[in-house]
Amino acid sequence: MLEEIGTSAEGDLIINVGPQHPSTHGVLHLVITLQGETIKKVEPHLGYIHRSIEKMCESLSYRQFIYVTSRMDYLSSHINNLGCALAVEKGLQVEVPRRAMVIRVLMSELTRLASHQLWWGAMAMDIGALTPFFHAFREREMINDIMEETCGARLTMNYMVPGGVMFDLHPDFQKKVKEFIAHFKGKIDEYDELLTGNVIFRERTVGVGKISREDAISYGCSGPVARAAGVSCDIRKHAPYDMYSELKFDEILHTDGDCYARYLVRMQEMRQSLNIIEQLIDNIPEGDFQAKTKAVLKLPKGEYYSMVETARGEFGVYIISEGAMTPYRIKFRSPGFSNLSALDHMAKGSKIGDLVAIMGTLDLVIPDIDR
Amino acid sequence: MFSLEKISIGVQTALNNSLPAFWALMAQFAIVGVLVISLFAVLGLVLVFMERKVSAYMQIRLGPNRVGYKGTAQTLADTLKLLVKEGLIPDGADKFLFRLAPYVVMISAMLLMAPIPFSRNFQIWDINIGVLYISAISSMAVIGILMAGWSSNNKYSLLGAMRSGAQIVSYELSAGLSVLSIVILSGSLQLSEIIQSQENGWWLFKGHIPAVIAFVIFIIAVTAETNRAPFDLAEAESELTAGFHTEYSGMRFALFFLAEYANIFIVCAIGATLFLGGWMPFHVGSWSAFNQIMDYIPGSIWFFGKTFLLIFVIMWFRWTFPRLRIDQLLNLEWKYLLPIGLINLLLITVMAILGWHF
Amino acid sequence: MGFLKNYIKTVYEAVSSLLKGMKRTGYYFTHHKEIITQSYPDNKDTMILPERFRGEVVMPHTDSNEHRCTGCTACELACPNGTIKIITKFEMTPEGKKKKALDTFVYHLELCTMCNLCIEACPTNAIKMAQNFEHSVYDRSQLTKTLNKEGSKLMEGVE
Repeated sequence: MLEEIGTSAEGDLIINVGPQHPSTHGVLHLVITLQGETIKKVEPHLGYIHRSIEKMCESLSYRQFIYVTSRMDYLSSHINNLGCALAVEKGLQVEVPRRAMVIRVLMSELTRLASHQLWWGAMAMDIGALTPFFHAFREREMINDIMEETCGARLTMNYMVPGGVMFDLHPDFQKKVKEFIAHFKGKIDEYDELLTGNVIFRERTVGVGKISREDAISYGCSGPVARAAGVSCDIRKHAPYDMYSELKFDEILHTDGDCYARYLVRMQEMRQSLNIIEQLIDNIPEGDFQAKTKAVLKLPKGEYYSMVETARGEFGVYIISEGAMTPYRIKFRSPGFSNLSALDHMAKGSKIGDLVAIMGTLDLVIPDIDR
Repeated sequence: MFSLEKISIGVQTALNNSLPAFWALMAQFAIVGVLVISLFAVLGLVLVFMERKVSAYMQIRLGPNRVGYKGTAQTLADTLKLLVKEGLIPDGADKFLFRLAPYVVMISAMLLMAPIPFSRNFQIWDINIGVLYISAISSMAVIGILMAGWSSNNKYSLLGAMRSGAQIVSYELSAGLSVLSIVILSGSLQLSEIIQSQENGWWLFKGHIPAVIAFVIFIIAVTAETNRAPFDLAEAESELTAGFHTEYSGMRFALFFLAEYANIFIVCAIGATLFLGGWMPFHVGSWSAFNQIMDYIPGSIWFFGKTFLLIFVIMWFRWTFPRLRIDQLLNLEWKYLLPIGLINLLLITVMAILGWHF
Repeated sequence: MGFLKNYIKTVYEAVSSLLKGMKRTGYYFTHHKEIITQSYPDNKDTMILPERFRGEVVMPHTDSNEHRCTGCTACELACPNGTIKIITKFEMTPEGKKKKALDTFVYHLELCTMCNLCIEACPTNAIKMAQNFEHSVYDRSQLTKTLNKEGSKLMEGVE
């Protein structure tokens, strides 16, 4: 691999983007082949932040392994934790109390909002607008404060446990979330003013990094990347978990499959998440926040799979249990990995600036890809 | 009344009286050299601080607020840090060109200082082809940038330098055309005469809409020429890490950095001179009382006020807009700015011939 | 003519979209009360962290230097990273029976991920999370802490 780096036989320029590069948002290493400014090939090299999380999980108990998954897709750690908790509950046949389910959905949607806000800022920064990043963080900070108050942490919460959630909601939770909703509804229009309508931004994203519906399916894309190409794949709709089957919300679908469509899908998803939170925030039922479980969890022998819709797409947890205290094997299906695999297809023939825009709208979280 | 004019004339007569003509000229050179260099240093400090504060407020942050009074000494501290840093030269770089490049950029910025009138009769060199001189020298900086990009032996630098080359060469045209429109209106290439022609009103107001269009095109073009966002493709942090100065560190980097800000100051000063009357106070046709009050404010304050206003606008662009792509950048120039500029020039010529302007 | 109309329309729309963005940033430039950043070390006295915030594990002691830890090692088992190491000793009860008691509660802050599982596992509420988050030290060994104080003993009535 290494001897390729330099200039190829056809006289094309080969450039290493990363592992340390401002727009890869982590230690992603792309080897791109350039002809002038035009990209001929993008080859992602992985492994710089591989921590063998799946192997680690094999030596951790069913309570313990959940916290590790916060370190994969750290921007939607709640939802990752939820996916694991759901898989374990499937094995234990535990009935989760209704209050816990509502709390889980509320937290998931808040996480999705926070993740999309960060994506919005970071993508704007990739495209060259530096100010939106700080505006996005202002709103994200409010969510982080809410999380901090209820869960005790801002990023890696480890709040979902098998059978419910770790603590009850903080007494101020409802008030704070309502404040946030009122605040954010005004600010999301500002987001549109700053970026969505901007002619330079449109020039940079419309028609860039196109992927067709068929290609999106065959690359295994999920989440906003697939929905922007017209693939209806929202797990919350198609395989509802927790409360989602009782909630009214739309699955956002666009057909263009370009960067702008991916942008719009996420922007509209933010509004949908707000909608879901509004439906639930006044209807949190009383009751337990955690089902009674044994001190030592043992899953019966068998295979368990659960999937959740993270901010980036479908996150799957596959557990094989031999009936012991620890899982025999765990496999995570992370959305970022499949989405990244389509990068070469999307970026071929476009300019270096486009590559950055495409990576921005793919919303890559590298620890999620490498695990 | 404070006036730079009297000081400069006083110094000149004192030198001429006490020294032979040749040595008086030499002494003037020395004074001018020291003044220009110190102006550059001060500008670097002030503009970097201004940029950081402007960006901070737009990004709902506080900005530098620790070193010195309200953070005013922050840039001084940064400069000290850069001065004592090691200036690395990468292996395989063309060492001579690598060392030379920052100075080429810097000197071309300094040369542009010569014909700028800071106040009435306070001008280093009142050359009669001032506008031509400016357009000629301002395109020299690209040589330094290409030199830096090529000699770094880094692919990112090379790409940045090539982008910068394409960009500056194209945007020179638009900047030149909009400058030409003012030359046509005022009928002179000499900057002092252009300012004199704005005694009863600035060209921005006197020239009707075509002058406004020319002004807008000028601002866009010079933003591109100074490699500022949204046209900062030569640096393009998220794409090319730092573009042409990726490999520079220490004082050599600081020179590039300083030259960027010096260039902004100069193009804004030219814009202020051509369109906003330079040091000429704001006059409204026949309101003599109002005009007299305006005259009490010294010309140098008018000049710097207008220049900093334009600098602020350029900074405002940077902290609002996303970056264009290289092909869109060229599209904007060749498909929009250049045709509009040409038609606008035609309109202005017709206007000037028929005497429709005020 | 249609071409020209379109051309002018694109230019107009482009410029107005840009001006809209500039209006937004201009608003924030002039409205300093919207600033959200805090001058961190200066506001230390007024900064309030939520009580659930997980900064480090501590063991509360009463004034008479008593803690609630029985040395049952539930936290050690619950910890996914081997952060906690409990060393027990045998004490003689007044009845003359041998009883397991806590000798040293070793807490490796450098390994801790603040997952809260040890606190959930503790049957006697002997440990809790503290809000201190400034953990940087010059020597790594300072991060290994002993949570029970010198000479402390088990609180009466805690089994």
